[in-house]
Amino acid sequence: MIQVPADLQYTKSHEWVRKLADGTVEIGITDHAQHELGDLVFVEVPEKGRALAAGEACAVVESVKAASDVYAPLAGEVTAGNPELATKPELINQDAFGRGWLMRLRPAGAGGGALLSPAQYEELVRAEGS
Amino acid sequence: MAFIPHTEADVAEMLATIGVASIEQLFDEIPASLRVRSLAGIPAALNEMQIGKLMSARAQRDGRPLCFIGAGAYEHHIPAAVWAVATRGEFYSAYTPYQAEASQGTLQLIYEYQTMMASLTGMEVANASLYDGASALAEACLMAVRANRKSKSQRVLVPKNVHPHYRKVASAATSNQAVRFEELPFGAAEGRTLPAALARFDAQDITALVIQQPNFFGVLEDVDALTEWARARGIFVIAVVNPTSLALLKPPGEWGGGGVDIVVGEGQPLGVPLASGGPYFGFMTTRMAHVRQMPGRIVGRTLDVSGHEGFTLTLQAREQHIRRARATSNICTNQGLLVTAATLYMSLMGPQGLARVAAASHAHTGELVAALTRIPGVRKLFPSPYFHEAVVAFDRPVAPVLQRLADRGILAGFDLTEHYPELGHALLVCATETKTSADIERYANALGDVMKAARAA
Repeated sequence: MIQVPADLQYTKSHEWVRKLADGTVEIGITDHAQHELGDLVFVEVPEKGRALAAGEACAVVESVKAASDVYAPLAGEVTAGNPELATKPELINQDAFGRGWLMRLRPAGAGGGALLSPAQYEELVRAEGS
Repeated sequence: MAFIPHTEADVAEMLATIGVASIEQLFDEIPASLRVRSLAGIPAALNEMQIGKLMSARAQRDGRPLCFIGAGAYEHHIPAAVWAVATRGEFYSAYTPYQAEASQGTLQLIYEYQTMMASLTGMEVANASLYDGASALAEACLMAVRANRKSKSQRVLVPKNVHPHYRKVASAATSNQAVRFEELPFGAAEGRTLPAALARFDAQDITALVIQQPNFFGVLEDVDALTEWARARGIFVIAVVNPTSLALLKPPGEWGGGGVDIVVGEGQPLGVPLASGGPYFGFMTTRMAHVRQMPGRIVGRTLDVSGHEGFTLTLQAREQHIRRARATSNICTNQGLLVTAATLYMSLMGPQGLARVAAASHAHTGELVAALTRIPGVRKLFPSPYFHEAVVAFDRPVAPVLQRLADRGILAGFDLTEHYPELGHALLVCATETKTSADIERYANALGDVMKAARAA
């Protein structure tokens, strides 16, 4: 059974979003996504300061099988990319919702209306699998 | 492995399997209004005997001229073994093999090629080749834009003394991707890029600097100073080099202490004969840190399940057959046969052989320039050090002089007037190891006669 933590929000393209105390959000790819990709060998995270539009391709996760884009779940400015991933891409396989985070973003405006709840995301994954 | 096209029976079986009556039916989705029904103006097919006669008659029109034109493609001696081996059935394909289990020999050859190119350029990794030197520069510019993530401007500095065809191809191939080229002037007296030309970009956001060594005029650039200037500002350096020259000159991996980021060039001097328009091949090498942004095929060495050494394509996840429209490029290596020849050429020559070719070419060009500049009305244009090409200037228009020399079976050089009118009546000349003292004397005597006659007229 895949993990879908209850305290996060999700996207149809398999990103997760965590609201942080300082008003920024942390973003990564879900456990389901890392499972589908297989062993990750390279991760490209966005530079600090980059302004992203919602839905913009902003990171690349490359496994032995495929290189996939990661899309910004909401618009905002990148406040950090996870520096650990440059040498340890496997953190995403090991801990997708924790040390495998990709970037932090300061959201531009309220936004975030289109994000999925844990229950909705779980339903999406189940529908994809059937 | 054998490359055998489908038989009629194969085609019939495949059509039956998918339930389609004919190959023609597969194209039904193209609207009739867009389809060309006849190929007007295309003559009927010729058989092998007829085409053989036609091509041999056309080849004879070229004659056997004595060639002193370089300008990006160079006449070198090619040991007979190179093409005797390259045209063996096992090698005789233009394509990179995907099927590792059936193509170990070809894959190993490409791996050896990559190793040789990385070593020659002083870099860490090479791809399996590109189409030609000009398209390799275009790919290098796009790669620099992807890999230099500190720079947002997509501005690339390109000196005007980089090969004019390369500049045109690079600008055409990248124009829809918002890459902007800024032309750097060259010193009118020196023919090379001067530090003063860079000064106005000191505090600007620049993505990459292109340096051609030797430059289009054959002149040696101060590559260390240019590389250091760029590296100190986080600007990527793209080196465009002549592979033969690297047997004598400092490899780009060592320029300016830290070396450059990407090296590209035309591979033709390594065992590929001169031909109008090619086919030639481009090469590209880089640092490991940038390998995921490098376009094209890469062959890697690995171990199979029983622990035996084997070769296979690697780092494929970003390529077109997997990543489709978002691939790093649409380049594949259909120059595999030329890479085979280049690998054989480098193996036969060895580092010492290549150094002797380079040294002889340099010496012969010196001899040629000395002989030509003894003729009244001919002078050398730039006093700067050169490799195996140099610019001479006439006291009268170049084209008519070249025509008279061509009438005597001599291709006397590349007329610079069209691309560099500011240089006056300038001609780019080249003498490789293939030009003997007698050849040079024949050229100088003919030029002397032509200039004398022109003055008398």
